[in-house]
Amino acid sequence: MQLKGRAIKVGDSISTDLICPGRLFHLRNDIKELSKHIFEDLDPALSKKIKHGHFIVAGKNFGLGSSREHAALVLKISGISCILASSFARIFFRNAINNGLPVFECDTRKIKEGDKLSLDLNKEIVRNDTRGTRLKIRPLPGVMQDILKEGGLISYIRKFKCLH
Amino acid sequence: MNRTITEKIISAHSQKEVSPGSIAIAGVDLFVLQDGTGPLAIKKFEEIGVKKLFKPERTIFFIDHASPSPRQELSNSHAIIRNFCKKTGAILYDVGEGIIHEIVVERYARPGQIIIGADSHSCTAGALAAFGTGMGSTDLACAMATGETWLKVPETVRIDVSGEFPKGVFAKDLILNLARRIGADGATYKTLEFHGETIRKMGMSGRLTMANMAVEVGAKAGIFSADTITHKYLKGQGRGKDFKPLNSDNHAHFEIILTENVSRLVPLVALPHAVDNVRTVSDVRGKKLDQIFIGTCTNGRLEDLEVVAKILKGRRCRKGVRVLVAPASREILLEAEEKGIISTLLEAGIVLFPPGCGPCVGVHGGILGDEEVCLSTQNRNFTGRMGNPNAFIYLASPATCAASALTGEITDPREYL
Repeated sequence: MQLKGRAIKVGDSISTDLICPGRLFHLRNDIKELSKHIFEDLDPALSKKIKHGHFIVAGKNFGLGSSREHAALVLKISGISCILASSFARIFFRNAINNGLPVFECDTRKIKEGDKLSLDLNKEIVRNDTRGTRLKIRPLPGVMQDILKEGGLISYIRKFKCLH
Repeated sequence: MNRTITEKIISAHSQKEVSPGSIAIAGVDLFVLQDGTGPLAIKKFEEIGVKKLFKPERTIFFIDHASPSPRQELSNSHAIIRNFCKKTGAILYDVGEGIIHEIVVERYARPGQIIIGADSHSCTAGALAAFGTGMGSTDLACAMATGETWLKVPETVRIDVSGEFPKGVFAKDLILNLARRIGADGATYKTLEFHGETIRKMGMSGRLTMANMAVEVGAKAGIFSADTITHKYLKGQGRGKDFKPLNSDNHAHFEIILTENVSRLVPLVALPHAVDNVRTVSDVRGKKLDQIFIGTCTNGRLEDLEVVAKILKGRRCRKGVRVLVAPASREILLEAEEKGIISTLLEAGIVLFPPGCGPCVGVHGGILGDEEVCLSTQNRNFTGRMGNPNAFIYLASPATCAASALTGEITDPREYL
């Protein structure tokens, strides 16, 4: 599967509080409403920039903090096709894959805001079509590749009944 | 043999010898969730289409985050949890019982278990030599249905601690110092394993504080050996038979060994908005405070309240600073009440919250105003954590918070102990 979209850059250490504010706890059963507030405490203008298919391109430790899966869900429901970061916090990383949202580690320093990116999920390479460069992504563990292929952990378990 | 505690536990739960980096499908002993993550896990569980929980008596929900509920949406959310527990036989700890991680260690956790929680601070159970780790709602839902989860076996970072804690310096200062040294992603995907003479003497309360904050340096787990202190704690909870000794082998492989000597450690504070933004209390002394919060799964235990009472006894909190206290569990509140700690605190002018997460998560009582500054014993000070992105959160030990309550500004607890 090929993903294509423009880069939206964010910095290092973007916590799940910045992606999906904890104070909106009461909206957690209404993901659509909650997703309107995506990145609100980081930059209230950011949500308007997000278009279907865009990539979030981050620095290190993206998704640190709370285990709230709603952070991965609001990114997915907002149409983000993929997140690239130099590193991820582990709970967020699992949550994203479990919801069929591709997340990959790679050297994101040379990607600039608005760059046109494309990613072939089978090839482990991100192409930066704006700059004519290619970046290697770190392959996911086999189990995560399988979960992603099925569109998330629930579909995976529904199909195979167990993890083995 | 040459295995770490983590490798022993995951091997025993996956019926194969595992090594760091390998993927294991492991049986899970305890599945725990709270009111912020539970409703989504219930939704996901229902999407799987399974009717029965794998182990209802080991699937436990806690209404601790927005507890008691401050608004109708959350009351409805709580009702989803209550109905699910009634329907499936899952266990429920409702409003006022206390914080998920505290009740797990008081009543359920034991050495050698795998405990997964839909809450990042599920690593707290590592203080009892259990492999406790945080995951999301979907991971919990699938484990609740199948009894298993997948784990990438982490490398272990060994922390060797020596020296005697000076007066006014505590386990919280030690773990903040570690965050300062290795950073908020310094142990991502890894287990921290704590050893050394200082750890052998450290009581369960201090161990819980440190295990709790393992995730603040990115760790998957923060584990202590099961030793005489562990045994004593379990006996005190009426669960002596749950004890078994558990330690790493002499020739276990550690990715790296870090050493700490606490003898020269001083009281520390994490500054907004990052847990690894750590300075000494003297660097920031005099910083004016609007609110102080003492409690949470990090520092809401009896020993923490005892230190606070020692400092506040016969004194008054400074006018103009709101001092909020939330014991981590009903059991702790009852013990503190029996020992006269609660009346000491109330006489000093604190505001008592019911057992639970209190103001830490910013969804009910104690939300900060714009530009307000709070000093808290909690584990996190991210932007917006206490309900307002325009406020500032500093983290410190209960002693530092208590001393600061007397002055209304960040104060060195050594002046009052």
